[in-house]
Amino acid sequence: MHRRISRWARAVAAATGLLVIAATASGCLGKDSKTDSGRNAEVKEFSLTIAANAIAGGKNAAGAEWVEKWVIPEFIKDQQAKGRTAKVTFQPSGAADEDYKSKIALDLRSGSGADIYAIDGIWVGEFADAGYIKPIEDLVGADKVTGWEGWSQIPPSVQGNMSYNNKRYGVPAGTDGRVLYFNKSLFSQAGLPADWQPKSWDEILATANTLKTKLPGVIPIQLNAGTAMGEATTMQGALPLLVGTGKEIWSNGKWEGNTPALRSMLKAYEAIYRGGLGDPVLQQDAKGRDKSFQAFAEGKIGILLESDYLWRSVVEPTKGIAKMANRDQVVGYTLIPALGAGKGIRGQDFVSMSGGGGNVLNPGTKYPQQAWELLQFMNSKAATVAQLAGSARITQRQDVNTEVLAKDPMLSFVSTKVLPLTAYRPGFAVYPRVSQALQQATLDVVSGKSADDAAATYQKALEGIVGADKVASG
Amino acid sequence: MTVMLAVVRRIGFYVAIGFATAFFAIPLLWLLSAPFDDPPTYAVRLPRHFSVENFAEIARNRYAVPALVNSLLLAIGTMAVVVAAAALAAYALSRVRVPGRDALLYVLLLLSSVVTGTAAMVPIFLLMFQLNLIDSRFGVVLVLSGGLLPAAIFLLKDFIDTIPRSYEESARVFGASPLQILRHIVVPVARPGLATIAVWTIVQVWGSFLTPFILLRDQGKQPAAVLVRTFYTEGGSPNLGLLAAFSLLYSIPVVVMYLLAWSRYGFRFHGGIKS
Amino acid sequence: MEAATAEPVGVVAPRATPTDVVGLGRRRALGFVAPAFALIGVFLIFPALWTLYIGATNFRLTGTAARSPDFVGLDNYRHALEDPSFYRSLWLTVIFVLGSAVIGQNGLGFALAWVLRGVRRWVRRSVETLVLLAWILPSSVVAFLWIAMLDRDGGTVNAVLGNTPGVAWLIEYPMAGIVVFNIWRGTAFSMMLYSAALSSVPPSQLETARLAGASDAQTLRDVVFPHIRRYALTNTLLITLWTFNDFTPFLITAGGPNHRSEILPVYLFNTAIIGGEMGYSGAISLIVLLINLVLALVYLRAGRRRPA
Repeated sequence: MHRRISRWARAVAAATGLLVIAATASGCLGKDSKTDSGRNAEVKEFSLTIAANAIAGGKNAAGAEWVEKWVIPEFIKDQQAKGRTAKVTFQPSGAADEDYKSKIALDLRSGSGADIYAIDGIWVGEFADAGYIKPIEDLVGADKVTGWEGWSQIPPSVQGNMSYNNKRYGVPAGTDGRVLYFNKSLFSQAGLPADWQPKSWDEILATANTLKTKLPGVIPIQLNAGTAMGEATTMQGALPLLVGTGKEIWSNGKWEGNTPALRSMLKAYEAIYRGGLGDPVLQQDAKGRDKSFQAFAEGKIGILLESDYLWRSVVEPTKGIAKMANRDQVVGYTLIPALGAGKGIRGQDFVSMSGGGGNVLNPGTKYPQQAWELLQFMNSKAATVAQLAGSARITQRQDVNTEVLAKDPMLSFVSTKVLPLTAYRPGFAVYPRVSQALQQATLDVVSGKSADDAAATYQKALEGIVGADKVASG
Repeated sequence: MTVMLAVVRRIGFYVAIGFATAFFAIPLLWLLSAPFDDPPTYAVRLPRHFSVENFAEIARNRYAVPALVNSLLLAIGTMAVVVAAAALAAYALSRVRVPGRDALLYVLLLLSSVVTGTAAMVPIFLLMFQLNLIDSRFGVVLVLSGGLLPAAIFLLKDFIDTIPRSYEESARVFGASPLQILRHIVVPVARPGLATIAVWTIVQVWGSFLTPFILLRDQGKQPAAVLVRTFYTEGGSPNLGLLAAFSLLYSIPVVVMYLLAWSRYGFRFHGGIKS
Repeated sequence: MEAATAEPVGVVAPRATPTDVVGLGRRRALGFVAPAFALIGVFLIFPALWTLYIGATNFRLTGTAARSPDFVGLDNYRHALEDPSFYRSLWLTVIFVLGSAVIGQNGLGFALAWVLRGVRRWVRRSVETLVLLAWILPSSVVAFLWIAMLDRDGGTVNAVLGNTPGVAWLIEYPMAGIVVFNIWRGTAFSMMLYSAALSSVPPSQLETARLAGASDAQTLRDVVFPHIRRYALTNTLLITLWTFNDFTPFLITAGGPNHRSEILPVYLFNTAIIGGEMGYSGAISLIVLLINLVLALVYLRAGRRRPA
């Protein structure tokens, strides 16, 4: 009997020993290190790696091509002219956003990996808090940062997308804006005007109702909802409506909880999905967003709230993923109205939301000065124009925008009319979790809960995320 | 009367088999039709335009063929490690009765489910980083082997348990060394079991996404399981044509390997001299 | 004139003992298990224990808790045990395992093995090949095949049933979808195992039963089941553990819609990757492990009971 016990004792001791080792090893869980901005500043030969969630032949293929075919050769030439030998490689990825985010978090955490990373603007806060990225001035010196001419071409609000606590962490790579798209031919069939400009939500709902009665086989309006579409629900659904009620998701130190503004937003969802003006099943489909694009292109959806991405990459006549050959004639676009005149944020009649990503430096880079030089190079006027590869898109630089967008009326529209009205998401580390709570709230409404109930549930979730004292309610 | 019953039974029999066959065959049909369809949809149908354009596009993709090669490397590498290590360990554990052996195997089996789950991602990454094995296919092989070994040993030990010991005992008497016994007596009899474990390992590695994704940086080292998830269009919707075509290519090697293994060894979970 | 069976001079074979039936010797036995256990020790035990340790912290992959995680002891566990989403996930997993593995794969696997004994060789081979194809094709491929088949608009199921607009199977019946999928996916293993098991039933006993006029059901109950009991338990144990930790349904429904098919492996993924809460998901991993342990013990108990 005692032999058995001693064997068990040995096993337990071994397990405890291993656990202790694991615990001490996991002391490496927390980390903090200083970057020497002068490190390797004078070397004549260096190598850099750029990483992005793009891959030739797959996701964001154009971006991957730009880096591989333009940025790298041109930068090498540029350095050669300065008497330095640069070796630059591109590290592609084609994964889902969350998978990519986890992977680079691990890389940055271990202080290794690429020197420049492309990230989404909303990750800046949480990466900064985790110590994965540092303000650029901490890495290369404040004067080197302010000395770049590019900042004067990038509007402060766009810069804010890659900043945190008023410090610049990276350089933004483009931005976008949201509008209401509508199908002009469906409108004319229903007797609605081709130059539609709703001035309030009630007008939108009334138009949708007309579509419903006059065109039975058509989904009147598609407003993204639910968790399946992820951030697309928040950015093309919840937030544009919310800022239309005059409140941003975060203001004056508090997050928007169960307030009248939030309830209005959810009531709009209720009106649409309970009133038969939208397709609730589509919101829960894992491929719902793709299917909504397809349906719009096929003329099965009347009104769609989306970003300019729809115009230039989805229904684009030659290369779109759901191309419409007659896009320019059939697809109309208009500003998103606030709840009513003057009810939007800053007292605006119309609102929008914008997002975007950018590039950051890896604090563990062996060549901080050179990496910053490469980052500036990637955001120079020439590089930004090259990135467009002839297509039209809203870039981060205004000088490029005025030149390139002149030929595309919709994008000029966004650049000149929408961007001044727009709002950005708050750069807080917890934002992604708040966004999920918002998505859940819209899902609750679409699934049958009342707006008030969904708002109450949302409030509880929000309190769990940020703490009850940081939530505004009413 | 009994003749009628027998006939009805026979018919019912074949109907049942028919249903089973249909159940297993129908989902596979898409894999045969969609790659050749242009443009492809989720429907299984005779292709409207028969085209091999999807395959041409795969050929143009510079990561496609290397990915398949990487999958082969990872699969065969892991299989070699797992079969060798598991065979040795299973033999020893089967023949030498160590107290707590069964309990140990069960504990390992349970732990292997933790380490293949998502929560172990960070420890594995940090461990490999300390060992300087990030961005190394060899490292991936080691991690995958560690995760698959407990089940492999478990299955093999069960298999070897059913092989009668008489041959080994007599070989001992004649002075053969254990390694010789292993090579000349045990392995030939255990071949079906070894083949099963080999196939099982290859199948597990072939589909493994998370470990290679986390541990490999260079896209040129990524296996097909990771690459297949990159076939999205510029904006983010799945490129059905490429997905279908690549899935077909991605499936062929495992199917071929299975057919080879089966025709030579058959799948069996117990060994021993045939009664 | 040495006896023919005299041991060759100079070689002394170690005596076989009851615990060492072929005279392997302690040292050699250790040497044999060393490679496997070295790999297991470094690449399995160490990270697994580390993960379980993380379960006692509030570690997150991003945010301030990534830089300096705090030791929170049993807080994560308390949170899990009070969290209705955890219980929902647990309940869904139980349904998933019971439905698709214990009943589905087991039942279908045995039925196929039994039925295929008596058919022509080529029929048997073809059916077995189809069943096995479902098992060996990689997860992303089979997930896509089922998404395509169950699609609302173009899927084969809706095409066969002839209804338009079709039923969005994965949205309205997600659990049924993944249960049926998993039965399709995993039956091969059970079928092969039962095939082997059935071939070990002495044909003489089956013959006796047939001559005695026993019905099929009686034969199964009295002759077959006693012989394959051990195999059945091993099979059920393995497929229970494997199904409990199977992540593949994520590729089909991603746990949706609205968490309605969020089985534990998917729940783990969602909390770890989407939610970024590594500490919490480490704790859930331990809870899952304990549940698996309990299940394993139940099976072992059942296996040890000797039939009357």
